[in-house]
Amino acid sequence: MFEFRSKGSGTFLMQLLKLDGPLLFLISLISLIGAFVLYSASNESLEVLSRQLLRILIAFVALIITSQLSIDFIRRLSPWGFFSGLLLLLLVLFSGDIGQGAQRWLNLGVRFQPSEVMKLAVPMMVAWYLYDKKIPPTGKQMLIIFILILMPSFLIAKQPDLGTSILVFTAGMLVVFLSGIHFRYIITLIFLALPSSLLLWKFMEGYQRQRVMTLLNPDSDPLGAGYNIIQSKIAIGSGGLFGKGWTNGSQVQLEFLPEKSTDFIFAVIGEEFGLLGLLSILLIYILIIARGLFIASQATDLYSRLLAGSISLTFFVYVFVNAAMVIGLTPIVGVPLPLISYGGTSMVTLMIGFGILMSINSNRKLLAT
Amino acid sequence: MSENRYIKDHAHEKSLFMSRIIISSLVGLFLIFVIIIRLVQLQIVEYDFFNQKAQGNRINLKATLPPRGSIFDRNGKILAENITAFQLEIIPEQVEDLDHSLERLLSLKLIDQSQIKAIKQRIKNSQKFKSIRLRSNLSDQEIAIFAANRATFSGIELQPRLVRNYPQREFASHVVGYVGSISKQDQSRLNRSLYDPNEKTGKTGTELFNEVTLHGEPGFYQFIANSRGRQIPINPTEIKSNILQNKPATAGSNIFLSIDLDLQILATQLLDNRRGSVVAIDPNNGEVLALVSSPSFNPNIFNNNLTSDTYDELQKNTDQPLFNRAVLGTYSPGSTIKPILGLAALQLGVVNLTHRHLCKGHYSLPGNTHRYRDWLSTGHGSVNLHNAISQSCDVFFYEISGQIGIDRMHNYLDQFGLGQKTNIELTGERVGLIPSTLWKKTMFSKNEDKTWFPGETVIASIGQGYMLATPLQLANATAALATRGKRFKPKLVSAIEDPLSKTKVKSEPLQLNDIKVDSVTYWEEIISAMHNVMQGSGTAKNVGSGAPYKMAGKSGTVQVVSVGQEEEYDQENLDERFQDHALFVAFAPLHNPQIAVAVIVENGNSGSRVAAPIAKRIMDQYLGF
Repeated sequence: MFEFRSKGSGTFLMQLLKLDGPLLFLISLISLIGAFVLYSASNESLEVLSRQLLRILIAFVALIITSQLSIDFIRRLSPWGFFSGLLLLLLVLFSGDIGQGAQRWLNLGVRFQPSEVMKLAVPMMVAWYLYDKKIPPTGKQMLIIFILILMPSFLIAKQPDLGTSILVFTAGMLVVFLSGIHFRYIITLIFLALPSSLLLWKFMEGYQRQRVMTLLNPDSDPLGAGYNIIQSKIAIGSGGLFGKGWTNGSQVQLEFLPEKSTDFIFAVIGEEFGLLGLLSILLIYILIIARGLFIASQATDLYSRLLAGSISLTFFVYVFVNAAMVIGLTPIVGVPLPLISYGGTSMVTLMIGFGILMSINSNRKLLAT
Repeated sequence: MSENRYIKDHAHEKSLFMSRIIISSLVGLFLIFVIIIRLVQLQIVEYDFFNQKAQGNRINLKATLPPRGSIFDRNGKILAENITAFQLEIIPEQVEDLDHSLERLLSLKLIDQSQIKAIKQRIKNSQKFKSIRLRSNLSDQEIAIFAANRATFSGIELQPRLVRNYPQREFASHVVGYVGSISKQDQSRLNRSLYDPNEKTGKTGTELFNEVTLHGEPGFYQFIANSRGRQIPINPTEIKSNILQNKPATAGSNIFLSIDLDLQILATQLLDNRRGSVVAIDPNNGEVLALVSSPSFNPNIFNNNLTSDTYDELQKNTDQPLFNRAVLGTYSPGSTIKPILGLAALQLGVVNLTHRHLCKGHYSLPGNTHRYRDWLSTGHGSVNLHNAISQSCDVFFYEISGQIGIDRMHNYLDQFGLGQKTNIELTGERVGLIPSTLWKKTMFSKNEDKTWFPGETVIASIGQGYMLATPLQLANATAALATRGKRFKPKLVSAIEDPLSKTKVKSEPLQLNDIKVDSVTYWEEIISAMHNVMQGSGTAKNVGSGAPYKMAGKSGTVQVVSVGQEEEYDQENLDERFQDHALFVAFAPLHNPQIAVAVIVENGNSGSRVAAPIAKRIMDQYLGF
């Protein structure tokens, strides 16, 4: 039902470039809408806009390059990617650049965050491990998988970057879930999550605990820790059904809303385009995820299936975590709104993920013909 | 490994995977549904609440301060006004190199090295886009220096600001008062919703007493502000400006005082920085024509540039220039109360017009050897009431004091407003003191102190002992003598003017209960004796002789230290501070009186020689001679 058939002269080019038309269209659409919103969120800064457009361009190039790779090649690359990523994380821990109070950056000619690599490398590694196994995995296999997932998650949390750590962990766990592990394991995990969340609390930095506390009672410190969430709710709530109009959101334009170009851009859409704007954005996200899950369901081998499923569902997790934190449902974790928030590395990672989806899709078509 | 060797069941693998995809999708759709519910709650259900919040966020309120009312004298001469003074201000965000700019201001001598630290602190504590004061009250020369270099400074500007100015300087400082920054004590007194913390408020005098009238009501204007409070220019097409409201400030009212500035200046000059006070009243309506306390001070020093040193100096000055002697200073009235006691004696039948006593220069109570001395040790001989007032014979009043009695003395002095507040429009006025047996009973705790002694009545009859009065009370009592018993509440404010429409509301005189005596001749007898004081054979006959109008007066010379039974008062050898106070009360013209005056020169030695000429010069000036 999510199989959009593209017809006409474009079809040939799309097939030649191994691209998926519907997915490409939806990604392009949301990226452009994002740039449009970002222009307003940055107080009409052409500089920010052009930088973001350049990033979108680079990310699309990364998508196209990735989509040209065969899925077999990508699969064989998986352990190499994972272990070099792990190495880089260790390197960051000992010699990384400090930015905004956390050690996340590695300077290898270009500054980038190795944790970003792990968002894809972890599910790839888990899928690679399960590729030739019988599913559902055995208990011993699951233990190995947990170790594979927890090692990078721990290193990233230590930077400290709780948001990315949770996303990396989730991306890996989604592969496990999709591999069909028995529900009794899932229930056991949920029960284990309770004491481990206490462990996590102990492990958290002061500011991270603060964020959780702030969620529980944002009005306790309206000008301090609770400020972000209060202003964000005001921005969304005052947007109403239709919004205040592009570049007319007072919360945004008068700089009451913090982090409005990055983590809180969802609130910008809510204020300037209202409920209808947010529903439209959510619809496009749902269509992207649906297309991704469709590609996963059509995939021909276990690695492709698990990876495609994980990439699509991780994308959903991004959207949900960001939206939920901006509207005050979950604590504030630094997760950007995918394809819309201002920022480079995550955009490229996402596009490489979509490139993998397209590679999986074109592999299926290749086999079908 | 063994587990790797198995035959994959692709169909089972796929169906297992598909079931997981479906479960995920359902969970995902449920979570999306939760988000949508939340969005509907925020954007539809609670829209009004959040919309209000957003409006509150962006609309800021700023007070517009009302200009303070001016103060004028009865002839419209300015006593207090607002003038534009230039101050040097800096907007930190517009300054390229702060240190360099400050250094250059330093080299132009526009700021002082010692100020730099404080300036930097102020800049640090304030918002970057807000103007901060560097220097206030620039002189013309400094303004010229800055103007010539203006182009080389960015973010530093001369700004005109209203400051309070007292053009009459020390000539009206006690009656006009001055303004200063709002202190903690002021805060409890003022309606804080009407004040800006940086505003100034009246500290003394009319500025303090009439604060509400002078201050006016602040207005406000609303503006769009960002999260840091910076005003954002409104683009009318973008934001509907009709939501922004303005209310202009209501300027404070102008006050016209009954003070005659010329008289005020003359009185100040006549006191010539000696410690003392002059109060002049129009007896026909109670308007205060002059209210001088000496030495005085220049209230303009309180305007920004006052250092704590200057203030300490004023505070520590033993002449107490900040102290308003006219209403806060209490003095023994001395012989100045003799006319009132004389009137009481006539009314009570204690004496008649021909009744005489022999004055031998001293008086003793029956059965007591203690001598109450007359100021004239040789004695006045045989004196009647007329002589007793004009010659200021103490013994005559000693003789009749017992017959009048302290409580009846109290009653008459009280009718003349002594021993009670006049309720003039000045803060902190003193009550003074007219003793009575009841007073003594309630004031003292020890039983042996509660009894009133006859000797205390004797010295009370010449205005000494416990008795205390302010110069204002004495002038006020003299006015009641002048009008033959018609009394008015002394007042300073003659009119209040709306600064816009220029309509004046006159403040009507407040007439008090008349002082009633059985015969008009009692008044005329007393006044004739007072006339004799100045223009006959009395104590101050040289002062009034040759004047083209008729005047009445009474001198008082009050001991500061008591002189022992066998000692002589030795002016030459007494420290200046222990010499007698010189008092004089007077009014003129004799019939149809226009002015009543009380003069006190502390340690002036002689009422008739030191204080009387001052009273006479004031009456001359006011009556146009």
